[in-house]
Amino acid sequence: MPPVVLTGEHYMTGDEAIAEGAIAAGCRFFGGYPITPATEVAERMAHRLPGVGGVFIQMEDEIAAMASIIGASCAGVKAMTSTSGPGFSLMMENLGLAAITETPCVVVNVQRAGPSTGLPTQGAQGDMMQARWGSHGDYSLIALAPSTAQEAFHETIRAFNLAEKYRVPVLVMTDEVVGHMSERVVIPEASKLNVIERVKARGRKDRYRPFEPGENGVPPMAAAGEGYCVHVTGLTHDERGYPVMTAECQESMQTRLFAKIERNLDDIALTRGFFLDDAEIVLVSYGVSVRTCRAAMEEARALGYKVGLLQLLTVWPFPEEAVRALAGRVKAFITVEINLGQISLEVERLAAGLAPCFLAGHCGGTLISPDAVVEAVKRALKPGGKQ
Amino acid sequence: MNYWRVPLDAEVIPLTRGQVHVVEDRCKGCGYCIAYCPKKVLAPSEHYNKKGYHPPLVAKPADCVNCHYCESICPEFAIFSVEIPCSPDADRKDAA
Amino acid sequence: MAQTAKKQDQTTGGFEHHPLDDLLRTDRIPHIWCPGCGIGPTFSATLRGILASGVDLGSTVMVSGIGCSGRAAGYVKLDSYHTTHGRAIPFATGMKLANPKLNVVVFSGDGDLFAIGGNHFIHAARRNMDLTVICVNNLNYGMTGGQAAATTPHMAKTTTTPKGNPERPFNLPLLAFAAGATFVARWTVLHGRDLMESVQAAMTRRGFSFIEVLAPCPINYGRRNKELPLVTLRNYQVNTIIKNEASPAELAASGSGPIVLGRFVDENRESFLSQYDKTYRPQLAPAGKE
Repeated sequence: MPPVVLTGEHYMTGDEAIAEGAIAAGCRFFGGYPITPATEVAERMAHRLPGVGGVFIQMEDEIAAMASIIGASCAGVKAMTSTSGPGFSLMMENLGLAAITETPCVVVNVQRAGPSTGLPTQGAQGDMMQARWGSHGDYSLIALAPSTAQEAFHETIRAFNLAEKYRVPVLVMTDEVVGHMSERVVIPEASKLNVIERVKARGRKDRYRPFEPGENGVPPMAAAGEGYCVHVTGLTHDERGYPVMTAECQESMQTRLFAKIERNLDDIALTRGFFLDDAEIVLVSYGVSVRTCRAAMEEARALGYKVGLLQLLTVWPFPEEAVRALAGRVKAFITVEINLGQISLEVERLAAGLAPCFLAGHCGGTLISPDAVVEAVKRALKPGGKQ
Repeated sequence: MNYWRVPLDAEVIPLTRGQVHVVEDRCKGCGYCIAYCPKKVLAPSEHYNKKGYHPPLVAKPADCVNCHYCESICPEFAIFSVEIPCSPDADRKDAA
Repeated sequence: MAQTAKKQDQTTGGFEHHPLDDLLRTDRIPHIWCPGCGIGPTFSATLRGILASGVDLGSTVMVSGIGCSGRAAGYVKLDSYHTTHGRAIPFATGMKLANPKLNVVVFSGDGDLFAIGGNHFIHAARRNMDLTVICVNNLNYGMTGGQAAATTPHMAKTTTTPKGNPERPFNLPLLAFAAGATFVARWTVLHGRDLMESVQAAMTRRGFSFIEVLAPCPINYGRRNKELPLVTLRNYQVNTIIKNEASPAELAASGSGPIVLGRFVDENRESFLSQYDKTYRPQLAPAGKE
């Protein structure tokens, strides 16, 4: 039997690292559909899963892929799918089902430039707001954004851990560049990896209420076939899981669904700071654009500009405190992302007028050059610099 | 019993007897059980259940042969029959 | 009043435990279905079939999509999942593959399974996915008030075909057979026992089983097509013929001739999971199975 965790040093793509992270995290079901630039995740899973006792199935479309992973997770197995923009759009309805039924699952979006078919083979970060708001109605979820193949491995494990811990769909929002880039990935020993399992239903079966909150506001979960006779519905439901068509039930259900994420921001909203102590200008970035920022930061510092970087490893829920804490003491924020302004809107909201906010972005198809970021730094520091 | 074609063993095989039970408050008055009871055991009742429908009345309880057809056709899980154990003598009389 | 009370006592004998109550979430009954709706008898035959099959109820799951029939999952006292519109089959597929010990029944309507969910249906049939799919075919979208479906007969009136349906309906058993279903049957709500036996057979076999059930929708379909519920049932009685193993091509449910009912297809072909295990997980495949 092949090893579950491929401990050792590897040269692999971000897509492959995501697949390995998933398997190391305990993922044993993958329902997928081919799409550039995410296909390699599915291919790796097709190759690897049966060897570790899991199942891979290529579904008929992304709608089915998303539905299948929710079904698999309800049967008690950690499940994932991967896709890119067009497929991500098709998954949106069932993403809402995962949110309202509190079904742990992981969805990987290897972003490419859109809208529509756009630039299938070229990267972008244009699905960030869709990640937050793509399904209809109010809901809360978690989205992570790795910037290297190494991070792709670890953040996929973190995605599974958060999904299981909070019973929520978790998105891994990477992009074509990280997905297709081969680089060094060090996979630690299995015993060194922190892998979290969902809290299972326990106790008397006739007294179990499938949506009665336990610790952290998260209900212990019973899988199909465990004898708890659960009813799970995408309708607004009470703690028994029964549909209740009232505004009161809607409010109590939604309040808890939001609270289980909001109350645990310290655990979920992960950021990393670079040279923030003396920074006058803070670059805010995530995913592949973090790499641009690190080069730009060095370049700018060499020119004497005090530039720091706030890397968002968690993008949703937005790490509000991290930005808010900096807002009072920096001269400007520059959000660096490959789109025409999405996360920059969040930065602006949290800067709340205390610091001017700029965007270094474009509409996708290529990376942002470090030079463009340095130019943005200069512009930001110019008195009356245009936002 | 009126047969369209009398089974050869009609004399020997006793007919089962059933007792019909109606869960009145589940009934929505569609009338399927009344229309399809092969022995015409059921009839519309005059009274209302708590939802305002007329549940079926077991008008000829002695005629029920426990075929369960009312149970099968009822959309509401509101009617069923259970077998009444009866003496072999009574069976033979019925079958005759 | 005293008389009424006495009558009630007589009819129920003070005994109100319906034989299927153990399989129902009785705290949710009465259900939402209209008087005379054909979903109830279909659901009831399904539950009787499940019971008769002797499968372990603790590992039996019902998955539904959206629509009137989709509400069945909310009434059955089994692990039950009421999913999104058209997606019950892929949800059930994930569930079955994740835990092959589960017996997974998909119970849904014609709109859900064959219009919005049509693609999933044909692919699950093609894969011979180990599922029992029961389709309540009431010829229209009932939940939303009676719109034309992929099963609405030609020239029938619905709210979206006020002058008659210009389209032709699917022949569901033919579609299922052509897509690769290994068990195909069709009954009406009048054929409760046959239907129950088909469900029982489907539950105890492996592979993709499909059972179509013709069911009246008196309020939304019957009313607009001048068909009282008892007339619909009468039609099921006099205008049907049982022909087991009939060729699926002759099974169009509307037209001049009688509607053919029966068990049309029952063949052995390896299910997806058994093929997958053989090809990819020989370490898991039990020797000599299938």
